[in-house]
Amino acid sequence: MLVALSMLIFLLLRLTPGDPIDAYIDPNLPMSPSDLADLRRSLGLDQPLPVQYLGWLQQALTGNLGYSIKRLDQPVLGLVLSRIGPTVLLMGTALAFAVVAGITFGVIGAVRRNSLADLSLSVVALAGISSPAFLSALIGLYIFSVRLHWMPSGGMLTPGEEFSVSDLLHHLILPAALLSVAQAALIMRYMRASLLEVLNQDYVRTARAKGVREFWVISKHALRNALLPIVTLIGSTIGLAIGGAIFIESVFNWPGMGLLLVDAVQTRDYPVIMGATLVIGTCVIVVNLLTDITYAVVDPRIKVG
Amino acid sequence: MLARSPERRSPGPLARAFSRFLLNRAAVAGVCIATPMLLLILSYPLWWAFRPNDIDLLAMNSGPTATHWFGADGVGRDVFARVLEGGRISLLVAVASTALSAVIGFLFGAISALAGRWTDAVSMRFVDLVMTLPPVIFLLVLASIAGTGIWPTVIVISLLSWPLLARMIRSRLLELRERDFVLAARGMGAGIGHLLFRHGLPNSIDILVVYATLQIANAILLEAGLSFLGLGIAPPAASWGNMLNAARSTAVLEQYPWQWLFPGAALILAVLAINFIGDGLRDAFDPRAELN
Repeated sequence: MLVALSMLIFLLLRLTPGDPIDAYIDPNLPMSPSDLADLRRSLGLDQPLPVQYLGWLQQALTGNLGYSIKRLDQPVLGLVLSRIGPTVLLMGTALAFAVVAGITFGVIGAVRRNSLADLSLSVVALAGISSPAFLSALIGLYIFSVRLHWMPSGGMLTPGEEFSVSDLLHHLILPAALLSVAQAALIMRYMRASLLEVLNQDYVRTARAKGVREFWVISKHALRNALLPIVTLIGSTIGLAIGGAIFIESVFNWPGMGLLLVDAVQTRDYPVIMGATLVIGTCVIVVNLLTDITYAVVDPRIKVG
Repeated sequence: MLARSPERRSPGPLARAFSRFLLNRAAVAGVCIATPMLLLILSYPLWWAFRPNDIDLLAMNSGPTATHWFGADGVGRDVFARVLEGGRISLLVAVASTALSAVIGFLFGAISALAGRWTDAVSMRFVDLVMTLPPVIFLLVLASIAGTGIWPTVIVISLLSWPLLARMIRSRLLELRERDFVLAARGMGAGIGHLLFRHGLPNSIDILVVYATLQIANAILLEAGLSFLGLGIAPPAASWGNMLNAARSTAVLEQYPWQWLFPGAALILAVLAINFIGDGLRDAFDPRAELN
C-alpha cells in the first residue's frame, strides 16, 4: 500500500512542468543547453521513469528524501522530522479533548434523551460538524484572543522568552480545543446512538430488574458495550483531524507538518511536498492498522485473520 | 389476494419519495434557505448598485451602512456584492466539479462492476489507494500541480471526489448484474454501452442524485478551504474562501469583522442547507426509512 502510494505521488509530482534542474539552478548562471543536458544525464534525469523511481526509493529507504528547493541545503527528512513533534502534540491534545467531551456529552444526550440539554447538544454538534476548520479557527481566534484577550493569537512559544511548560500550554489550548470541535461532535453523535441502542438490550433490562442502581447500569453494563464502536470511529477520524490540523496550524502559525506542507505547496517546493505527504500517509496507514488491532483486543468476538 | 381497484392506484416510488421528502422538516428548511440564496446569487447584478470589483474610495473599510449593506473592504469594494459574486463562483465550481466527478465515478464504478474480475480488482485497489490519504492532503498535492484559477480548482476537486461514488455505483451494479432482466439483455447480445446506459444508469439514479447534492456542499467547502490557503480562486476574483483569507491579517480580523463574518455566514448557511436537502433526499429514496 505504502509503495503504491509513493509511486502515485512520485508520478504526480513528475507530471509537473519543469524538472529539478530548472528548480535548483539559477537561470542567470551562464550555462549552455548542452551543459544542462550533461547535468541531467549525470543526475539520471534522462532515464525512464521506473528507473528514476527505483533510484528515489532506494535513497528514501535509507532516509534520504532529498533537499528542499526553497530553503537551500536543508534535507527534507530533517525538516519533516522537526515538524512532527508539534503536530503530534497538537493533535494528541485535541484528540484527548475530543474523546473526553464527546463521550461525556454523548452519554448525557442518551441518558436525558429528548431533553433540552440533549437537543441543544445536538444542535451544537451539527454546527460543529458542518463548520469548516478554518472558519471555526477564525471565529475562535476572534472571540478568545482578539475580544477577550485570554489567549495568544498564534505561534507555539512566546518569542524571546525562555521555554516553559505553562507558556506552551497557554499557546496550545485554543488551537487544540478548536481542532477537537469537529471530532468531538462526531464522537458525541455516535456515542449517543450507540448508547441508546445498548440501553434497549435485554442485559440492561436484566440489570435494572435485579435492582442495580441506575448509575451503575449506565457506567458499567451499558457504557462498556457502547464504547466498542467508538474505538473504530476514533481511528477513522484521524484523517479528518489531519485535514483540520492543516487549517488550524496555518491560522495559528503553529510550526507543524500542516504549516510545512502549506508553505511547500505555496512555494511549489516539490521535494518537501513529497516527503511530508509520504510521512503523513505512513502515519495514516499505521493508525488504521493500530485501530484494527485495538478493535480485536477490545472486542474478543473479533478474530484477526 | 386483495383486489385492487384501478382508479385508486398506490402512488409510484418517485411520488412516495417526494412525499417522504416533504415530511422531513430539516430538508424542507434546507430548501427554504437554499432557494432564496440561489435567487439572490443569480439575480443580484439586476438590482444591486455595485459590481464586485467597483471601488468606492470614500467607503474604504467602512462598516455596514444603508448604501453598503455589508460594509466595504480595504480597497473600498462592496462586501455584499462580493459575497454574492463569491457565491456564484462557489456554485460554479461546485456544480462543475460535481458533474465531472459524477461522470468519472459512475463510469469507473460501472466498468469495474461489469467488465470482469481483473478490471474490478485493479480498479478497486486504485480506489482504495486514492482513499488512503486524508482528502485535504491529496487536495494540496493536486493543487500544487494544477495551480490557481476556476478550472484547475474544478479539476482538483473532482479528481479527489469520485472514488466514493465509484464504490457505491459498483456495489449497486454488482447486485444488478445478477438480475434476470440484465441476464436476459446480455443473453440477447447487449454490449457494455447498452448495459451501462439502459440498465445501469436508470437503476442508480437515486445514488447519483443524493451523491450530487451532498457533493455540492462538500465541493463548496473544499473550494473555500483551498482559496483560504491561497490555492483555489486567486484574487481579485471573489470567493468565500479568499474573502476569509483576508481575515488572516490581524487588522481585518480585529477591526473590520464584517469583511469576513458575512462570507463565513454565507458559507455555513449554504453548506448546512444543502446538507439538509441531501440527507432528506437520501432518507426519501431509501425504502428502509419507512420502517423507522
